[in-house]
Amino acid sequence: MPCFLRCKISQKPDPTESQKLKAQFEVILGIESEAGGEEIHSEAEPDKLTFQIDFKPHAHLFKTGNEPLYMIGELAELGDLETQAFHDGIPPFDEFNAEDCYLAWRFFLTTTAPETAIHEVFEWVEDDADISVQLCGGLFEEFDDDLDKEIAATISAKDTPKSIETTENEPTEKDTSQVKEQKAPSVTASAQPALSAKPSTSAPKAQDNTSTSIRVGIDKVDSLINMVGELVITQAMLSQLGEQDMTDSTISALQEGLAQLAHNTRDLQESVMRIRMLPISFVFSRFPRLVRDISQKLNKQVELKLLGEQTELDKTVMEKISDPMVHLVRNSLDHGIETPEQRIAAGKDPVGTLTLNAFHQGGNIVIEIMDDGQGLNTDKIKQKAIANGLINEDDELSSEEVNELIFRPGFSTADTVSDISGRGVGMDVVRRNIQALNGSVEVSSARGVGSTFTIRLPLTLAILDGQLVQVAEHTYIIPLISIVESLQIDVKKVSRVGKNLDVLRLRDEYIPILRLFDIFNHDGAIEELDKSLLVVVESDNQKVGLLVDDLLAQQQVVIKSLEANYKRVDGISGATILGDGRVSLIIDISGLVKLSGLRKPGSQELVLDPNLAEAIS
Amino acid sequence: MLNETALQTALNQRLGHGEAHDEKQYLTFLMAGEEYGVDILSVQEIRGWSSATAIPNSPSFVKGAINLRGTIVPIIDLRLRFGIEPIAYGPLTVVIVVKVDFKEQSKTMGIVVDGVSDVYSISEDTAKDVPDFQESSSSQYVDGLVNVGEKMVVLLNLQKTLQI
Repeated sequence: MPCFLRCKISQKPDPTESQKLKAQFEVILGIESEAGGEEIHSEAEPDKLTFQIDFKPHAHLFKTGNEPLYMIGELAELGDLETQAFHDGIPPFDEFNAEDCYLAWRFFLTTTAPETAIHEVFEWVEDDADISVQLCGGLFEEFDDDLDKEIAATISAKDTPKSIETTENEPTEKDTSQVKEQKAPSVTASAQPALSAKPSTSAPKAQDNTSTSIRVGIDKVDSLINMVGELVITQAMLSQLGEQDMTDSTISALQEGLAQLAHNTRDLQESVMRIRMLPISFVFSRFPRLVRDISQKLNKQVELKLLGEQTELDKTVMEKISDPMVHLVRNSLDHGIETPEQRIAAGKDPVGTLTLNAFHQGGNIVIEIMDDGQGLNTDKIKQKAIANGLINEDDELSSEEVNELIFRPGFSTADTVSDISGRGVGMDVVRRNIQALNGSVEVSSARGVGSTFTIRLPLTLAILDGQLVQVAEHTYIIPLISIVESLQIDVKKVSRVGKNLDVLRLRDEYIPILRLFDIFNHDGAIEELDKSLLVVVESDNQKVGLLVDDLLAQQQVVIKSLEANYKRVDGISGATILGDGRVSLIIDISGLVKLSGLRKPGSQELVLDPNLAEAIS
Repeated sequence: MLNETALQTALNQRLGHGEAHDEKQYLTFLMAGEEYGVDILSVQEIRGWSSATAIPNSPSFVKGAINLRGTIVPIIDLRLRFGIEPIAYGPLTVVIVVKVDFKEQSKTMGIVVDGVSDVYSISEDTAKDVPDFQESSSSQYVDGLVNVGEKMVVLLNLQKTLQI
């Protein structure tokens, strides 16, 4: 197919010839062709050569037991392979014969290997395919569409093709590094580059497979190995017991062994989970530079403080939290911290402070982003919200509720925020990303003093320790980590506040009682306080008591998403599957508190005023 | 992009797109004596009724969630969804697990029906639009009506039916 040759041989025909000859000799002498090729090139010409290979199998190729994919694979091993598949020969479906080959290929191989090596690849199919190998001299000509069609037509006229998997090798943009030097006179320059000079497609695929890895401290691996050692000992003990006759003493030994086994697996699981935990300094470490760059750009003086860098967090959570954090930090620098002049005028240190703080609290990790800037301008936010129709003019909002407004999608368009503090840019996206991790973000702010964004995240997305509780005939799971205590209610210590809120006096505290069956709308639960149990849980520094019928087992549960196939359910953070295959729902404590109406959405404090409660009791 | 176009054409031909008789297969099921049809390509499996875990504060037609080999799948009672009198679930009560593409994501859900009936090839051209009765809220879930022999089959719009 001489018409396919679009490139002229490069400037050095002689060395090429000699190389070919040498290579042929080497093949004859049994020297490995690739190595030989390289050697020659290092001597004669260090540049790689590019071959254009047209490979058009005859329709019966598959019947001879040959697989083009292997040949393409072999070609790819020789050097950088560019593949172009012609699938125009695929007939309509009803004429399609699954055993025929309908595809044809053109390859551009940039390699140090000699041409003979290429012929070797196709050695077995020489008689079953049209093969042409041409030297391009490392230069690609541009092909225009017409020529491309011509080629396709030539190929498809005869017969053939097959599959879709090769279409990923569609021509992409021509590599500009390939300098167009000589052009065949017959070719018109076209704006449509038909050939790609990018590296072979097999390389990026291989990278994908290996891209996620984790660096683990050796102490964690050591402890894992210790656990496995203990597990093996326990297993040996149990199997030994299994061989003995069953007597009372062996049964008690067996029970002991099983308890030991439970202990071991539990420890092992914890160790494995710890491998996923990394200190948050991995995220924090990118901020010093970010803060320095942005503050220079904005002509602001900012000191960055990092606290709690050793707090550990699940790797997947960490990867997903870093972008929202960058956003919040940028916002604090841009809109929170004032310029040195403004700060001096306000009587503050010209150097502003931005603090990133991470710590564990309950079952969560809390990340705070604090600045000592000007705070949120509640008046302006409110005006903007009224203008956008988010709130009515006569709505009475607490400052917390006003702050919540910046997380509303309506505040995210650029022109609406440019004249308020600008805190709203994309905040709805930040919140959505954090909520997608089952976390929450809140803001608190004081005019002139600064503002704090608080992100709360679960430690891990995969597993939690759960307390199974019974409400009516339903089983729910309360995250063990948020449980403070469980107790029977002494009715004498319960007082009623307002219309329908019961409060239990527990030592020095007043615990609001939430009736789970009421909140979840279940019938048939025990309604008498003295007959049911109270699980005291802590959420966002507030204790509440959840009224349940009974406490069941404690176990580790694997968290499954309820949202994936259904929707977000208030007060429920997810679902899990119990040992018997039933689905059980996991209670989201802070969501539940909101749902119960104890706390208005967005406000920081419980509506219940402790002083009021004290006065009543 | 000549090759892509050619491929697309070939694919279309194979899948039978762009042809005059645009036939689709529908799985039909019975409910309160009527026959309803859903696109068979969205049907994932058919299983018997097993008790579901109630989801708090969900609409009455959401019977709860079941464990389908490790996935949490919500179950919707179509009778209740359409405002038809519910019947007691029996051994013949069937759950059709369907995969529905909503705007953002595809969801796997189960629908409870009285029983599975048949599979028909139905040409979309023959489907008649639903008479638009303002009163009937259920008509919004219906894509069209077709005759199969003497019977009338209601073709359901699963996206709208299962939008919660």
